[in-house]
Amino acid sequence: MEQYFEVKGTTLIVKLPVEIDHHNAEELRTEADRLLLKRLIRLVVFDFERTIFMDSSGIGMIMGRYKTMRFMGGNVIAVHVNERMQRIMKLSGICKLIDIYDEMPLMSEM
Amino acid sequence: MQRNEMKLEFDSRSCNEGFARVAVAAFMTQLNPTLEEVADVKTAVSEAVTNAIIHAYEGAVRKIVIEARIEEELLTVVVKDTGKGIADVKRAMEPMFTTKAECDRAGMGFAFMEAFMDSLAVESAPGQGTCVTMTKHITREQNKYERQ
Repeated sequence: MEQYFEVKGTTLIVKLPVEIDHHNAEELRTEADRLLLKRLIRLVVFDFERTIFMDSSGIGMIMGRYKTMRFMGGNVIAVHVNERMQRIMKLSGICKLIDIYDEMPLMSEM
Repeated sequence: MQRNEMKLEFDSRSCNEGFARVAVAAFMTQLNPTLEEVADVKTAVSEAVTNAIIHAYEGAVRKIVIEARIEEELLTVVVKDTGKGIADVKRAMEPMFTTKAECDRAGMGFAFMEAFMDSLAVESAPGQGTCVTMTKHITREQNKYERQ
């Protein structure tokens, strides 16, 4: 699981796997929540660079982290989102909640 | 394309979700689908199988059956379980409705199946298991050309 996570200051970057389904979404969720609590994270970045498949389990996992972060006063964004993932995110309505950037934004741009 | 059928039976373990969607994707390649059509079917199969694992069997290891069929340009995929069944199918199919919000379920499973396939039918009753039937037309210009 460690290969999917990187903490920079108060930012948690989740480098999502090639496929996100119920099988691995649960593991991602557990590890993300552990880091969120331990490291006083203010921003979670979901990096879709490698991802070519995601179903509604992935949406649930992102939505859950979004709720946690809003509750703690933080934010969630997504980067490197390909056309397919954009369609999935649009369909689920999650793109109304989290901002999507082409590349990792500088703090001043957010 | 002549009529062709396949049937798969596997344990309701989450590690089989990937196997199930890839198996159906491999079966449908004889229709010469676009990458997008393959991705649509993989997503729909993943949703149906995940529902069976999480909701029908609630984590217990039992059997899930997938039947897939090709007739001309029509792909039909049936996902069956013998789990606890759904009392109110109409309600279960509403977007955002979930009985497992605490598990971070988005309540989008049936909505995704509907969005990515051409038709979706759900037969279920409490204690009787659930049968999800989905169809999709795979009509590529090239297919039409080859048949002429």
